[in-house]
Amino acid sequence: MQRVATSAGLPRWIYIPAAVGALFVVVPLIAVAAKVDWPHFWSLITSKSSTTALMLSLETAAASTALCVLLGVPMALVLARSNARLVRLARPLILLPLVLPPVVGGIALLYAFGRLGLIGEYLNAAGIQIAFTTTAVVLAQTFVSLPFLVIALEGAARTAGADYEVVAATLGARPTTVWWRVTLPLLAPGLISGAVLAFARSLGEFGATLTFAGSREGVTRTLPLEIYLQRESDADAAVALSLLLVAVAAVVVVGLGSRQLRAANAWSPT
Amino acid sequence: MTGVALQAVVENRGFDIEFDVAAGQVLAVLGPNGAGKSTALHVIAGLVHPDRGVVRVGQRVLTDTAARVHIATHDRRVGLLLQDPLLFPHLTVTRNVAFAPRSSRAAAAHWLAEVDAAELGDRMPRQLSGGQAQRVALARALAAEPDVLLLDEPLAGLDVAAATAMRKVLRRVLARDDRSAVLITHDLLDVLTLADRVLVLEAGRIAESGSAATVLTTPRSRFGARFAGVNLVGGTADADGELTTRWGTIWHGSPGPDMVAGESAVALFNPAAVAVYRDKPRGSPRNTVEVTVAELDSRGSVIRVRADEQPDGAPGLAADITAESAADLRLAPGDRVYFSVKAQEVTVHLSP
Repeated sequence: MQRVATSAGLPRWIYIPAAVGALFVVVPLIAVAAKVDWPHFWSLITSKSSTTALMLSLETAAASTALCVLLGVPMALVLARSNARLVRLARPLILLPLVLPPVVGGIALLYAFGRLGLIGEYLNAAGIQIAFTTTAVVLAQTFVSLPFLVIALEGAARTAGADYEVVAATLGARPTTVWWRVTLPLLAPGLISGAVLAFARSLGEFGATLTFAGSREGVTRTLPLEIYLQRESDADAAVALSLLLVAVAAVVVVGLGSRQLRAANAWSPT
Repeated sequence: MTGVALQAVVENRGFDIEFDVAAGQVLAVLGPNGAGKSTALHVIAGLVHPDRGVVRVGQRVLTDTAARVHIATHDRRVGLLLQDPLLFPHLTVTRNVAFAPRSSRAAAAHWLAEVDAAELGDRMPRQLSGGQAQRVALARALAAEPDVLLLDEPLAGLDVAAATAMRKVLRRVLARDDRSAVLITHDLLDVLTLADRVLVLEAGRIAESGSAATVLTTPRSRFGARFAGVNLVGGTADADGELTTRWGTIWHGSPGPDMVAGESAVALFNPAAVAVYRDKPRGSPRNTVEVTVAELDSRGSVIRVRADEQPDGAPGLAADITAESAADLRLAPGDRVYFSVKAQEVTVHLSP
């Protein structure tokens, strides 16, 4: 796609609020870095409770991202391709967690999968406990992250259009073949950026996790929960861990995210 | 060898059309935008479900609404080529052509050679020019061994040189393999070089159909006349070959073999046979009408003078005059002038 090299002259004053906004985002991050007790940084982030929380965060975020991809890709494609009434009605409901306070999401999950919940009651009878386990952490993260992946991928699928799939069908390819060999490869860039978004959102999940999974060390206490807890007892550790989380998020978003976000239409001719 | 038969009604598009293409023939479908040309192809390809209708390819029934038959697109063996080549961007050219389940790497090499693209096999689609991409798309469609080829303006997006190369390839593969094809086009050259028969659609109905030669020389529909560059006046004929329009103008001409007195008819004449005058010419056995000039258009050494559209909404009459006479007359849009045609230049035909 050809783009005009420079913008057609924004009014100069617009750079002032834009700069204020940028500073508003960047200054707190610098403030955290400035506050870090650098001489003890390494020992602070390698304490047993810290590494346990970090590993749990990475594991659960990876699991919930996998779950998001598994469920979100079919959801996004159905939303993008189907004109059925039911699908159109379901769309805002599915995307609701985007704007829902995570604590409310946690409470909702508790009443669905908790011991006395809508589904949890039967699971409990079958001997399956979900609330306040690592599974609950993964479910809480999936609940809040899934819409991010779905919305990113749905947009990519709409932009790509169904023309390639139509052509593949006229060539004699069955719908399942078309799905694996045309639809998914064409959506790969959108899928990667969607998965990155979902991973980053899962990594930072706090409210729904605390409500639905609690804060048990090594079981449900992820890094954000650990930071919140340490802030009460050991502020230096909390600051060091915060910076660690900022760094992990930055690696994910800057390293992979922005490149993939830009490459969302990588297949289009340049 | 397989022919195609289509009879379909799509109510929300005001589409009601029936035609067939004999085995090995190429049918060109013409018509203004929104006439239903693409809808016809989509019904054959199974992409649009008609409200009522039957689609047959050879002995196979692909759609029959009465019997609730609707074969899925991927089982129809119907090739589709659109204006956009739509090569899969993540596959090499060879893999694109080998994509169809009936195709293979060997078949891909064969078909790429057929479309003069043998050396492009290892490229990615984004490294191809528009003309190359469209030839590869044709190879990919043919490699799937379709019974029918549906071509929806495949040359429309190409520059003149690329379109010429593509037309040559199309002519070769269509003529040799005896494969039926339906070709939507806006280009006279495509009809001349590729089509056996022509179908003109207007507003979801068939306005006329016939052999390519007939429609190009003696069109009966407004779009067909505009397309072939022939003047057409509609009215009622009498036995002497005199045509009276609804607004009372009389056109003298010679009756065509199919003309029936008292029936609706069209008078046809070539723009080159029309003379243009500032003042009404007197005392000649000519057809003379007063018109308003709508536009002037230069076509090489001649100037085409197009008049405002006729009272029944048909395209305005056209006159081709030399640049010198145009300069002498000092014509400009909005001028009132007289168009004059000798009676022997006008033929009157039965209109559908």
